[in-house]
Amino acid sequence: MNTQAQKIVVVGNGMVGHHFVDEMAKHAGYEITVLSAEDRLAYDRVHLSEYFSGKTADDLAMTTPAYYNEIGVNFFTNAKVTDIDKAAKIVTTETGDTFAYDKLIMATGSYPFVPPIPGKERDHCLVYRTIQDLEDIQASAKAGKVGVVVGGGLLGLEAANALKELGLQTHVVEFAPQLMGVQLDKDGGALLRSMIEDIGVQVHTQKATSEIVDGETCVHRMNFADGTHLETDVILFSAGIRPYDNLAREFDLAVGERGGIVVDNHCKTSDESIYAIGECALWNNFIFGLVAPGYTMAKVTADNIIGGEQQFTGADMSTKLKLMGMDVGSIGDAHARTQGCKSYVYSNQPDQIYKKIVVSANGKELIGAVLVGDTSEYDTLLQYALNGIELPENPDGLILPSSGEKPTLGVDALPDTATICSCLNVTKGDIIAAIDCGAVDVGEVKSSTKAGTGCGGCAALLKKVTDHELEKRGVEISTDLCEHFAYSRVELFHIVQAEQIKTFDLLIEKHGSGLGCEICKPAAASILASVWNDYVLKPDHVSLQDTNDTFLGNMQKDGTYSVVPRMPGGEVTPDKLIVIGEVAKEYNLYTKVTGGQRIDLFGARVDQLPAIWKRLIDAGMETGHAYGKSLRTVKSCVGSTWCRYGQQDSMAMAIFLEDRYKGLRSPHKIKFAVSGCTRECAEAQSKDIGIIATENGWNLYVSGNGGMKPRHGDLFATDLDDQTLVKYIDRYLMFYVRTADRLTRTSVWLENLEGGLAYMEKIVKDDHLGINAELEKQMQNVVDTYQCEWKTTIESTEQLKRFRQFVNSDTVDGNIEFVTERDQIRPAQGDEKKYGVQIQAIDLIPVPLSL
Amino acid sequence: MTTENTWQTICPTSDLIKNAGVCALLANQEQVALFQVGNDTVYAVANFDPFGKANVLYRGLIGETKGDVYVASPLLKQRFVLNTGACLDDDTFAIKTYQTRVTEGKLEIFG
Repeated sequence: MNTQAQKIVVVGNGMVGHHFVDEMAKHAGYEITVLSAEDRLAYDRVHLSEYFSGKTADDLAMTTPAYYNEIGVNFFTNAKVTDIDKAAKIVTTETGDTFAYDKLIMATGSYPFVPPIPGKERDHCLVYRTIQDLEDIQASAKAGKVGVVVGGGLLGLEAANALKELGLQTHVVEFAPQLMGVQLDKDGGALLRSMIEDIGVQVHTQKATSEIVDGETCVHRMNFADGTHLETDVILFSAGIRPYDNLAREFDLAVGERGGIVVDNHCKTSDESIYAIGECALWNNFIFGLVAPGYTMAKVTADNIIGGEQQFTGADMSTKLKLMGMDVGSIGDAHARTQGCKSYVYSNQPDQIYKKIVVSANGKELIGAVLVGDTSEYDTLLQYALNGIELPENPDGLILPSSGEKPTLGVDALPDTATICSCLNVTKGDIIAAIDCGAVDVGEVKSSTKAGTGCGGCAALLKKVTDHELEKRGVEISTDLCEHFAYSRVELFHIVQAEQIKTFDLLIEKHGSGLGCEICKPAAASILASVWNDYVLKPDHVSLQDTNDTFLGNMQKDGTYSVVPRMPGGEVTPDKLIVIGEVAKEYNLYTKVTGGQRIDLFGARVDQLPAIWKRLIDAGMETGHAYGKSLRTVKSCVGSTWCRYGQQDSMAMAIFLEDRYKGLRSPHKIKFAVSGCTRECAEAQSKDIGIIATENGWNLYVSGNGGMKPRHGDLFATDLDDQTLVKYIDRYLMFYVRTADRLTRTSVWLENLEGGLAYMEKIVKDDHLGINAELEKQMQNVVDTYQCEWKTTIESTEQLKRFRQFVNSDTVDGNIEFVTERDQIRPAQGDEKKYGVQIQAIDLIPVPLSL
Repeated sequence: MTTENTWQTICPTSDLIKNAGVCALLANQEQVALFQVGNDTVYAVANFDPFGKANVLYRGLIGETKGDVYVASPLLKQRFVLNTGACLDDDTFAIKTYQTRVTEGKLEIFG
């Protein structure tokens, strides 16, 4: 048997080429080599425009050299293939390197089509395809005032958005009579046009550019066939794509009349050992310009190489997207071209909403849809269309606004073959299989099927299907907090607010049972603190707190605590620093700088805490809440005050925010960061609330996370002024505090929130729920009632009584022992202890006593 | 050598904290965690957490499940039933329990 690894060579490392590598690497026995003509590895082209709203090339990267090394993939960048020897099965690159293959995968993608207009070669005439293009656009935009996109299709409008974000006065020039002619019908296109014009982008349809010449007021002048003209500084061509098939042409693989490497249902080209996938491949005389079909081709190809039978049988080109903030969706036969079909249309001009569904001649099946301005029914409609589900008697109910319950499609009605996640091609059947294999929640279904990890548009549907399937199996999706409360945290929050409940005793008496436990007590304590912001160690509350809150310090493994004074934005005066050093020296505390830009003093016994804090407070410091489920730190860089790149005063903003939100008790800890420019030294995009300065204000990122499960923050709003920034944070955080489950960080909370980021945007920006004034008021109350808990504690003799090891002795706990390491203390372990570990007998069963 | 157990006076009952813990030191240097639950009951158990190997149980939260009253270790949250010392999360572990009584407003422990 031949045990030598089969050699797989992949030409091109775009999204589809990378997806193939990922699929192929799952199987052992293959040596994979990637040859990329670009100088960087695969990155996310779908979200390319986010490069202009703060994302970096690294953010867009889909893979890294380290990852390819880890999965054992050889890769070469700047390795343009110039020769294919089909007989010898060898490819050669520009630099003369040769690579033998058993299977060759062409994933060369496509390039933007530039119409043959005289003058198209002039400076500042660009395309919109690669990161390099974006950098060129950015450079050109700096010098100009006006920008034109040639092409009013999906990509053209994305490009127009980019020009607008760069501050150019933006025009779209389209040859056809309407925008997005492939996806939208005439009326849908007309509404989209008026919406786009409302935000200041000028649209010119039925314009054929005849030449580009020197301008009078701008760099260029575009002359149109109808005799009109337009002056502009930058021109972006976005008039469709053409497959990169030159290698195929040169080395005699079959290509289509209008380009594209011809492939069969196995994605195989006319050569038995060569496959083509993605936008360079022509299947059934069709090029798929979307990423999802490319991913399917990648999967089919990998499957065929290992001997499987999967076939590519076309792809659904339905699409839902947000263009310049406007929702647009298109399904199937949007233009109602099918024989005998009928349409239902809903049009609402004042609210700028247009919806159309196209049904089959017999009225039983949905075959197409157009949605502009509101795509909330997209998921349901798509499932009807893809699965041939019989329509209800009055299909128009699916798109009409209704006062009552909307007719939504139950997930039970979906067949197992229904695609839930089209990016990763995950079906309902795949989800059921994952649950059968032991997945018990959405998170586990996601990680085992990868569903929802592409564009994320299917999150709500994914959750519905998962929950429904779990319920069917008798798994109770219980949202009860614990055995003492048959309510979720959100419900308890509402109860506390609505009934003005101020103590746990009253809460459990009226709405719970039993004595409570280590789950409901701290959860209730947190809710009470968020709503009323009382001193957490009041007699009514002290028995509810976790030990960290009870003693206002982080308990360490040996029962000692750590001490962290607040250091807003990481700023500290030398005098305060000296006091911290003196305290650490006097009490012999292990001293370390934290990741949150402050100083942590370890090894304080419970009886030492009050004296230590008195010293710190007397020197002008206050508690850092390092122990609380509350705001921890606002990390910052020095910003425009010192840094030569700084755009705004990030220091002042960080300190302001830390002072504003300090003491806010929440479902879990909250971390902020503020960066003074896009270099992002404060790492704000990995924080619950991340703020990055721009030339015009602040970009706000939300729900990022480092830690256990890193999550890149989502860009929530751009170029905010100070007041709006604070308002948005007030609303976002307070909504989180109200609605998150216990111990849920903002990242997980947002991912599980039905409607996700778009829903939060509606609430925070558009006051969708009409509660923003209330959220702000509630936050202001927390801000106004702030107290330093340590200050209150050391001023109370009653409180100080609790800070001792023994109620009947002033001696200290002899089991706490330290040894010296790197000139500081650390807890003694095992044999290092002189006092030794207490071993106690366990045979008594005494009776409790009545007082 | 073993010493005879006796009733030892610990503190005024007013030094206890309702529904929370304090710690007492016995004559033989054993540490005892004391929990006043409701108005009428005081439980006494060893203060040493056999999982975390530290004298911290008195700083744990008091909880109740199906009538059993327990303390959850502040370190890793293992739960110990207060009137038997049994660990609810791992039955190979248990902690020592002590008898308590009140004499003239003072709490006494038999240990």
